[in-house]
Amino acid sequence: MDFALNDEQRQIREMVHDICIERVEPRAAEIDESGEFPWDIKDLFAKHDILAIPFTPEYGGVSGSALTLIVAVEEISKFCVTSSLILSVQSLGSLPIWLAGTEEQKRKYLPPLARGERLAAFALTEPGSGSDASGMRTRAIKRGDTYVMNGSKTFITGGSVADTVVVFARTDQNGDTPARNISAFIVEKTMPGFKVGKLEKKMGIRGSPTAQLFFEDLALPVANRLGNEGEGFKLAMRVLDHSRPGIAAQALGIAEGAFDLARRYARDRRQFGKPIAEFQGIQFMLADMATQIEAARALTYASGDALDRRLPDITASSAMAKVFASDTAMRVTTDAVQILGGYGYLRDFPAERMMRDAKITQIYEGTNEIQRLVIAREVLKETP
Amino acid sequence: MELSLSPEQQELRKLVRDFAEREVKPRAEAIDHNSEFPRDLVDKAAKLGLLGILVPDTYGGAGLDHVSFAIFVEEVARFCASTAVILDVHTSVGTEPIVLFGSEEQKRRWLPDLAQGKKLAAFALTEPEAGSDAAHLKTTATHRDGGYVLNGTKIFITNAGEAQLYVVMASTRPGSGAEGISAFLVGGDNPGLKVGPKFKKMGLNGSAIAEVYLEDCAVDEGDRLGGEGQGFRIAMRALDSGRVGISAQAVGLAQGALDDAVAYAKERKQFGKPIAELQTIQNKIADMAVKVRAARWMTWKAASLCDAGQPFTKEASMAKLFATDAAMEVTLDALQVFGGYGYLEEYPMARRVRDAKACQIYEGTNQVQRIVIARELVPA
Repeated sequence: MDFALNDEQRQIREMVHDICIERVEPRAAEIDESGEFPWDIKDLFAKHDILAIPFTPEYGGVSGSALTLIVAVEEISKFCVTSSLILSVQSLGSLPIWLAGTEEQKRKYLPPLARGERLAAFALTEPGSGSDASGMRTRAIKRGDTYVMNGSKTFITGGSVADTVVVFARTDQNGDTPARNISAFIVEKTMPGFKVGKLEKKMGIRGSPTAQLFFEDLALPVANRLGNEGEGFKLAMRVLDHSRPGIAAQALGIAEGAFDLARRYARDRRQFGKPIAEFQGIQFMLADMATQIEAARALTYASGDALDRRLPDITASSAMAKVFASDTAMRVTTDAVQILGGYGYLRDFPAERMMRDAKITQIYEGTNEIQRLVIAREVLKETP
Repeated sequence: MELSLSPEQQELRKLVRDFAEREVKPRAEAIDHNSEFPRDLVDKAAKLGLLGILVPDTYGGAGLDHVSFAIFVEEVARFCASTAVILDVHTSVGTEPIVLFGSEEQKRRWLPDLAQGKKLAAFALTEPEAGSDAAHLKTTATHRDGGYVLNGTKIFITNAGEAQLYVVMASTRPGSGAEGISAFLVGGDNPGLKVGPKFKKMGLNGSAIAEVYLEDCAVDEGDRLGGEGQGFRIAMRALDSGRVGISAQAVGLAQGALDDAVAYAKERKQFGKPIAELQTIQNKIADMAVKVRAARWMTWKAASLCDAGQPFTKEASMAKLFATDAAMEVTLDALQVFGGYGYLEEYPMARRVRDAKACQIYEGTNQVQRIVIARELVPA
């Protein structure tokens, strides 16, 4: 048993850390305030091959290890969650292609994504359908060699800036169970009929555009279908098994960033003649925060290790990491704001932004309530 | 990163699981009900070589690592936390200080018997007025006739009265705090060592916990473990391992409770279907499972840092704090899943709740763990 990161992971962490200190941290408040997608950070990540981390060398990447990706996302999230999402979404949008694509599809789509020349997105959620596939309304109807897609998607992270979007749509004519009616498609933003709707105004991750997407008689060659017809929902679930550890990593990074801030502040801030870090009330908060983080880190890394080693229980380990790390991020950021007191509530300090950013990790890629259903199903499967 | 058990660790897990299911599980209720020290189980565990798990094979032990030790304690605790803590205290704080700090002579004298379970060990640090604040111990060790005479009272000593060896902390320089503390190996047959009556407790009824009185208790110079003044360091190091053991005990308690809750939820029907299909039960099960897994990883992480020779004080305290809080929450939730049946002593659910409470208290209360953690996070 070995809990240490390997050389690749340590080097990538160091490299990402240095870049974040120099270029990302100074931009974080601005990005949040403006609510604009940070193209400069995207270019910076592309230039340093950070966006290539999710990809294996054969498709132009530099790693492909889930754990390495976790380490990078965690590190960026300590400083700016919005920026970490550029990397996370690049991975999320590419995963369906990596998991279900033909060799030709992989060779065509993955290398430009690995180079960061193009951006990816993942479009599953609809107004009436998120984790529940049965409400999906977007349809792709086959006419000869072409599918014609109509419908809309909502809450699509990076949807307005993405070039390559994997879209899930119903391909049934009628009949079959909802989950077996869904197929996945590679949609490109240049295709006629692809439209970006309004960008949502959000509580946090404000520089990460959350878009509505519309498909109006969008014609898709059969070659753009990922996997077989009817395999889309299963693919989406597999993708989420792979991507939830990334959300856990994000949450872990937010919690660590907030903890570092709170600890620094507690050492500097003096009241009643001594640093507030010397009061047991504050010490216990810090101890609990650090312990929760340690637990979240263990679950998150274990889920990455399980993915890299293709262990059988990745559905449970990914969902466990996601639910625990995101709940931890919420608690720790709330406590960090509390330790900073009135200053924590001000926009001048990053604590309140971290707290706003933490909230989303409990919601997206399946709310934590959905994670609990997923976990319970897995636990109940194993008969003790 | 390689988060899997080695073939040896898997084999040990199988061995202990089998032992726990076959021998410990059927005895657990009676041990609790009769407040009976499970000498039979200690002997059976000894036959399997489990009492010498941390003792090098040159001294008759199994020479396994701390991850194996954690697995051992967890598997026993799934069914009987009393038996687990007896074995844990013997193995970690009772025996390991000799492995780590003993002279060659001390090792030869004590380790083979401890490893084979011919002797059982206890650790005597806590006093009525000083537990985790070990620097303020009142027990003294005074030089006399080329040896020492120990005087003082120890309290909350696990395995008291059952043990043949007591690792005793006493001050050789009263008034000089931590630097005055030394460690001594005192035989259970020493006429100056007396044991009070077993305490009646909320739980862990099979484990003997009592006061130990040292009354002009004479020991040789050769019974001092380590140098004079090294006792505090020895105690702190012993507690680091001990906390890994308590974490493992808590993980076992929680895992056992979860297993029973899951099995019951699948069987118990209400509103025409198994309660396992109700979301409120599913939510509990999910949260329990997450806590158990996180607690186990933390325990194994602290153990593997120890095995790698790295500092693990912070990680051991974090594991202890998290795992024991998790055990309290999970055993309570598991009892709740059982409803009224959970409250009956004919099921193990109530016993686990009573046993779990001790885990939040001993080997340093969880409040003390937070102080230890905070000290590591924000050094003075």
